[in-house]
Amino acid sequence: MSKKIAFAGLALAFSVTNTYAATTITWWHGMGGRNGEVINEVAQKFNAAQSECVLNPVSKGSYEEALSAGIAAFRSGEQPNILQVFDAGAATIINAKGATIAAEDLLKDNGFSFDRNAFIEGVRYFYADADGKFVGMPFNSSAPIMYINDEALKKAGVEAPKTWEEFETIAPKLKEAGYIPLVQSQLTWQFTENFFSRNNIQFASNTNGYDSVVDTTINVTDPNHVMMYEKLKAWYDQGLFGYYGAAWSDNQKVFEDGKAALWIGSSGSFGGLQKTAKMPFSATFLPYWNAIQGAGGHSFIGGAALFAMAGKPAEENKCTAAFFNFLTSTEIQKFYHEATGYVAITSAAYELTKSEGYYKEKPAAEVGILQLQLPSGEWNKGYRLGFYPRIRAIMEREYNRIFAGEVTPKDAMETIKKEADELLARFAKTAG
Amino acid sequence: MKRVQFQSKTLPYLLLLPQFVIISIFFYWPAAQAITSSFYIEDPFGFGSTFVGFANYTDVLFSAEYRAIAAFTVVFSVLVTFLVLSLGLLLALKADAVIRGQSAYKTLLIVVYAIAPPVAGLIGMMFFDQHIGPFVKFVSLFGWDMKVGLNYYDTAFAMIVVAVWNQIPYNFIVFLSGLQGIPVSVREAAAIDCKSGTRRFWTIILPLLTPTTFFLLVINMTYSLFDTFAVIDVISKDKPANNPITLVYKVYLDGFRGNDLGSSSAQSVILMLVVLVLTMVQFRFIERRVHYG
Repeated sequence: MSKKIAFAGLALAFSVTNTYAATTITWWHGMGGRNGEVINEVAQKFNAAQSECVLNPVSKGSYEEALSAGIAAFRSGEQPNILQVFDAGAATIINAKGATIAAEDLLKDNGFSFDRNAFIEGVRYFYADADGKFVGMPFNSSAPIMYINDEALKKAGVEAPKTWEEFETIAPKLKEAGYIPLVQSQLTWQFTENFFSRNNIQFASNTNGYDSVVDTTINVTDPNHVMMYEKLKAWYDQGLFGYYGAAWSDNQKVFEDGKAALWIGSSGSFGGLQKTAKMPFSATFLPYWNAIQGAGGHSFIGGAALFAMAGKPAEENKCTAAFFNFLTSTEIQKFYHEATGYVAITSAAYELTKSEGYYKEKPAAEVGILQLQLPSGEWNKGYRLGFYPRIRAIMEREYNRIFAGEVTPKDAMETIKKEADELLARFAKTAG
Repeated sequence: MKRVQFQSKTLPYLLLLPQFVIISIFFYWPAAQAITSSFYIEDPFGFGSTFVGFANYTDVLFSAEYRAIAAFTVVFSVLVTFLVLSLGLLLALKADAVIRGQSAYKTLLIVVYAIAPPVAGLIGMMFFDQHIGPFVKFVSLFGWDMKVGLNYYDTAFAMIVVAVWNQIPYNFIVFLSGLQGIPVSVREAAAIDCKSGTRRFWTIILPLLTPTTFFLLVINMTYSLFDTFAVIDVISKDKPANNPITLVYKVYLDGFRGNDLGSSSAQSVILMLVVLVLTMVQFRFIERRVHYG
């Protein structure tokens, strides 16, 4: 009898371990709509591909909300295994040493191979430390590119501009043809951060903030950057540039409705735009200034990366590593790239997509990757600035005031520099 | 009258205990934490922190931006409170006078109260949208090029309208019940003494409504300071930029978006003090004039 019970117990123990053999890991992200669905599909593919780990993706709202939720959870010891952090939040999480396990270490420690050079040029440095070690695993990566209303350009009889000088010559013709020549969707990302990257100008001291948090200052008062905004304001006053506030969609809508000729959006906008645009469109690189020496390199990578949170059991970390490895596989990169419009981050995935003729069908989908593969300059590897989401909010405030005619671009930049430098000094103290 | 008293000395405390526990967990404890962290500049993840004394407070109070937001909060709260009170009272007076179809009239006015503030904000956002908003199209006929999201005053206008619209029904219900609580005999006596309806309102009805008005004043102040958060969040579409926001929203922005816990805590302590003073003023000076009948 006692033997039977022992056997039953043993059987029970086995069945329990069998049921719970798979390790569950969680992934908090800030994506909604179609992009959120694709994340679930990626997780399903991972779960179907192996049996040791179960990945459970959870949407936490927007990028900012995902970061805040991750921070709050970390402080109470309830952090997820994987947290998606957007470009502007990179400094917050990378400077919090001990909050994350560097993606590169995680992969190597768990027996996976890792080759930095497998990633395309533009994504290699943004989420890496000063030595080039990947701290975050680049995930949904985008570039600000220029979308073109083909009908408008045809009607005005002009070619899409490569530089802002060319834009100045064709803009009046586009206006005459009855279009708003230019709209954009996020001045901070498209006309500030990536103004510095595309035109190869230093964005912040301490090597754009990579070397140290102490005494880092921002360079928004750079004469060329001030000039960019003086031009934008002049174009706005002449009816060559439409501006509808800081909200992304208010500006995009004008292009979707076919009222604008050119729109600076994200390479990740491509999927959605295919459904919403009321006219045929194409895309090209974000323009730069021909007059600025060394301009024309690749832009900063936009979008977000995945971070492996510290303080998790080894077997869960193993699953996280397995997922990161899975994510960079050529097949998954290609799937994600085609499903969302975010760029493929490995050269192999790009080559595969290309060889299958995808870009012949949809040339606009290639523009982001091509732009990120442009030459590297000294200043377009990335930036690492503390409290950067708050600095962006200051920029948004002052930029709106420029177009409301309340301040001159020069004064606005000086206000931004003053307030941003104060925040950067505050951030240096948090590390104290 | 017979006074009812507790026999046991401990029983009253025991009965108070559940309430005290709730307040401690949800108010005193977080408040104490906010006060502590307001003296530090802290790493968001909680790794490092520097004691900075009152620097978080002085930084905030000397910031031109913070003072501009404070000024807007005052204007916003006073306007919303005043408009909600007066429109609610006006509608209640009219509804009180309606004899036929009164319940239909009442239901139509009250139904707005069932709309949650974020939904009200969404409706407002559509109504005032730069591209498709019917209100924007309508006023453009009169030459008002309304740009909510770009023009500070246009956005402020939209926020106030939505905030007021959402709170009127509550004021309406309370005023109506207040009006119906005024004895008919008093009204009839007044009608005999005075022919002017307006004068009767100012001298008889309004003084008898002071307890209701005072109650609503406190409620509306709290509403416009705190509960309008959702309206502001939705109308500013995640990116306030140069658009008006209130102090509560700023606490959220700096703390939860900007991950600057020190500054955010200092701001919430300041807000706590403001509310404390405001409540004291209301009960000390205004309540004296309230006639409880």
